Parts: sequence; C-alpha cells; structure tokens
Amino acid sequence: MSTEELKDLKSNKIVDARGTACPGPLLAAKKAIGEIASSEIMEIYSSEEGTKNDIPKWCQKMNHEFLGIVEEDSYSRLFVKKA
Amino acid sequence: MMGTEFEQQIVELRKQVTQLKEGTKDQLSMVVFSGDMDKVLAALIIATGAAAYDMKVKLFFTFWAISALRDRDKIVKGKKLIEKMFGMMLPKGASRLKLSKMNMGGMGTSMIKGIMKKNKVASLDEMLKTAGELGIEINICEMSMNLMGFRKEEMIDYPGLTVCGVATFLSDAQESKIQLFI
Repeated sequence: MSTEELKDLKSNKIVDARGTACPGPLLAAKKAIGEIASSEIMEIYSSEEGTKNDIPKWCQKMNHEFLGIVEEDSYSRLFVKKA
Repeated sequence: MMGTEFEQQIVELRKQVTQLKEGTKDQLSMVVFSGDMDKVLAALIIATGAAAYDMKVKLFFTFWAISALRDRDKIVKGKKLIEKMFGMMLPKGASRLKLSKMNMGGMGTSMIKGIMKKNKVASLDEMLKTAGELGIEINICEMSMNLMGFRKEEMIDYPGLTVCGVATFLSDAQESKIQLFI
C-alpha cells in the first residue's frame, strides 16, 4: 500500500510502543493482535529502527498481512492486517 | 505371507512419520546455564520473542543460572553449613546478577542498569514477569539445584515452575525446532 493510502486507513487498534526497546514493540504487537478480529487493522508506533524489520517478519510467520510503514518525525507507524 | 510383511512395513512407516511430525513442533527449548546478567537477559529476550511468534517456549535453568530464579525475600531454614555458604556467595535473585564482562567490582553492572533504564530496556525481573504472563515454561535442573544447596521453596513465584532432570530437557529439545544453550 502507498503512504497516502496508509495515511487514510482507519486502524481498529493503535499500539503505542514508542520508547520501548526490543522485544517491547514485538510483545506489544503480539498482545494487541489478540484483541482485534480477523481482517481488522492494527497500527504499531515504534521509535526503534529494528521494529521495521521485525514486524514484517513476524507477520510473515503469523500469516498476518503487513500493509506498510508511515514515517513520522521521531517514530514509525506500522500497519498490520490480522489474518 | 506377503500380506503380513506389507503390514509390518506400514506400521514401521507410520512410526517414522509420527517421529518426523514430532520433530517439527513449533517449539523452542533452551538451556540457560550462565548466571551472568547479560546472558540471562539475552536468553529471556529470545524466549519472549519466540512466545510472540506463538512458539511454545521451554527454558531449562541449570547451574549458575538458577541464581536468577532465587527470591530475594525468601529465607529457607534448616540448611547445612556448606549450603548456607553457597547461598551467601551466589547472587540472590535476578537483580543481583553481574555482567559477564566489564563488571569492575559492580560498577559496570550498575552503569549498564542505568543505561538500560534510560533506553527503556526491561530489567531481568520485569522480563521474568513477562515470561510468566506469556506462558513460558521454566524447568529447574534438580541436580544442580541440590549441588548449590538451593531449595525450590526459595525460588520466585513463577507460574508452573517445575523441578526436573535432564530427561525433561531432552524430550523437550527433541521435539523442538530450535534448541539453544546460553
């Protein structure tokens, strides 16, 4: 998905993991994905560079769809569609 | 005659297929041997990460790592002199573990703890709590626990904490996709 499309996307859940270090964002994502239904969208905020590599890999393994990343000033927003 | 031979082959094949299936369980087995703060932290980061991957995680704490599971506030009475000595010399709990390098009489360890806090890296105590919430299994090697004069009663209140032997680790490791030794 393009950045513009992602920006217009309405997330069902926002996980703010900014400031936490590995494995904080991953654990936060794992917890929150259990709280949304299939095909719903979760958005993860992370200020960690590594999360941008970790979350797509996690999605691949868990069969969730990784939609993309929107970069903000001091953090990234990662979009995941639950399988 | 041919019929029974064929049946035997089927039985044999079934056995092998079952073994293959068991060998590919989505499970991580880890021996946590080191009692160094940095190494136990690495072990717990990998373990909780694997749990986020929905893997079943089984940790086997042995030798120096058992110190990390001691409860700072629990006192066990009726220990022998040598057991008491070991208990005094070994770190009492995860928060008392030292760095494997650059400890510098404890200075390095407290410095890194300060940096960890600043970088919002979870402490060992916090990681153990998270591990429990994620359903990570912790097994303690009975033999080394006894060698060091530790008792199960002085260990932290961890859900399902079990004392076991090498056979438990082997049967867990055998059916795990990932096996690690830290």
